[in-house]
Amino acid sequence: MSPLPQVVAHPIAASSGIVRLDHVSVRFGLGASAYEAVADVTLEVAAGEFVAIVGPTGCGKSTLLNVVAGLLAPAAGLARVHGRKVEGVTAQAGYLFQQDALMPWKTALANVAVALDVAGVAGLEARERAQALLARVGLARFTERYPHQLSGGQRKRVALAQMLIRNPAILLMDEPFGPLDAQTRGMMGDLLLSLWSADRKAVLFVTHDLEEAISLADRVVVMSAGPSSRIMAEHRINLPRPRAINEIRLDPAFHDYRRAIWNDLRDEVMKAYGAQDDAGAAP
Amino acid sequence: MSRMRLLILQIGVGLGLLLIWHLVSTYPILGDVRTIQFFFSNPVDVIARIWKLFYTGSIWRHLGVTLSETLLAFVIGSVAGVVVGFWFARQPRVAAIFDPYVKMANALPRVVLAPIFMLWFGLGIWSKVALGFTLVFFIVFFNVYQGVKEVSPVVLANARMLGMNERQLLRHVYWPSALSWMFSSLHTSVGFALVGAVVGEYLGSAAGLGYLIHEAEGTFDVTGVYAGMVVLSLFVILIDYGVTLVEGRLLAWRPPAAGTI
Repeated sequence: MSPLPQVVAHPIAASSGIVRLDHVSVRFGLGASAYEAVADVTLEVAAGEFVAIVGPTGCGKSTLLNVVAGLLAPAAGLARVHGRKVEGVTAQAGYLFQQDALMPWKTALANVAVALDVAGVAGLEARERAQALLARVGLARFTERYPHQLSGGQRKRVALAQMLIRNPAILLMDEPFGPLDAQTRGMMGDLLLSLWSADRKAVLFVTHDLEEAISLADRVVVMSAGPSSRIMAEHRINLPRPRAINEIRLDPAFHDYRRAIWNDLRDEVMKAYGAQDDAGAAP
Repeated sequence: MSRMRLLILQIGVGLGLLLIWHLVSTYPILGDVRTIQFFFSNPVDVIARIWKLFYTGSIWRHLGVTLSETLLAFVIGSVAGVVVGFWFARQPRVAAIFDPYVKMANALPRVVLAPIFMLWFGLGIWSKVALGFTLVFFIVFFNVYQGVKEVSPVVLANARMLGMNERQLLRHVYWPSALSWMFSSLHTSVGFALVGAVVGEYLGSAAGLGYLIHEAEGTFDVTGVYAGMVVLSLFVILIDYGVTLVEGRLLAWRPPAAGTI
């Protein structure tokens, strides 16, 4: 295992990727006000692979997730899941949102159980399985609480359980731990890795936090500043698993990865900030 | 301020006002006592009249009539408001077509409808129910419409990612959201149902609290008017308390509103 990060070229060969984006572009708006969020993105996620997407703010990272989820149709290019074109909501995917997405009128238990209920699992069995999964994410004593009675970290755990209970083949995560404090983020990262390592689903994890990306992922994809973001580089992360978030960060190899990826990212982050300042200064 | 102290002060203010009222209407401080009593009656007389109303039992029939009118107006108005609100929110084209007429109907002061309703439904309870309905319907309608429209897009996207179809979205997302908006307007809509009932009675009827007050007024029986008003206020406070209890049960999932006293 080389401690030096290696930059890999775009995977072009047709392989067994669960998720495949081929030359995907996404535009918002029409006519003169049209805005191209991402341009010509080709990306593949293999079975059992944990891929993190990093990039400066507003680079369309979340847009890519929404394309895979089927919440957004690409203007050009093709999105495929299990070799089939994405049309409508991708049933095999679970989505963990950055914002609170739990139904506030349902208890933690009901929020998780409803995901099974929708899939046709009988009420009692759904509740028992939800109870068991909530216990696994450490919320055994909080099942009857409503979302507003839980802390931000606890709500994320409920959302995680809600996503995982249907056993989706693909996990899409949009800066899921962004709103949490640093310690809670570390704990959520460990929880995610321990749940993930049990059955190794394909993961597409969007974050702006470089260290989070390196400590979680097998591969880090770097996107350029928007508009018309592209994939600039990909880095394979060969850190040993199982990983403990707070310890892996002390590994010298971790710092090499960090330095290399930051080299790619630095100029783009500056560009993104510059664009924001320009927008702010406009009359 | 402690609860006890607050309660004492609240009772103190009430007793103080009653005392001023009593003194002014019993002793010639501000003028002739008979004239003042003609306009303002006297607290002792009013309390005696209320006692008599309950003691002889004649008030119960009127309370019953007003209560049933209020409840009917509330229930029918709410059901219609929920159904139409839902329908409009899910069918933007229908909402756009009906929009000017809804606004027009809502802009109309409902009191002017009372004579029409009396013509249509007679002097019995149904003309009052109709008046209350026109008030309740719009409150519930606007709230449900808003509730369905303003479902958080993230909650909605999440529900769709969980595999919900249109029907399941309706049941698990739109419906609870709309109901929560409706329940948050429960106080207002119950209050307006009562306003419709009392105003309708006042304008023409043979029973109810509004009728009682109107009748006393017709014979310059100021004590009767005040007694009716006091009974009406107590009635409203009781109903409002009931609504608060129901609300606490139905909206248990809501975070407590900031700044409540």
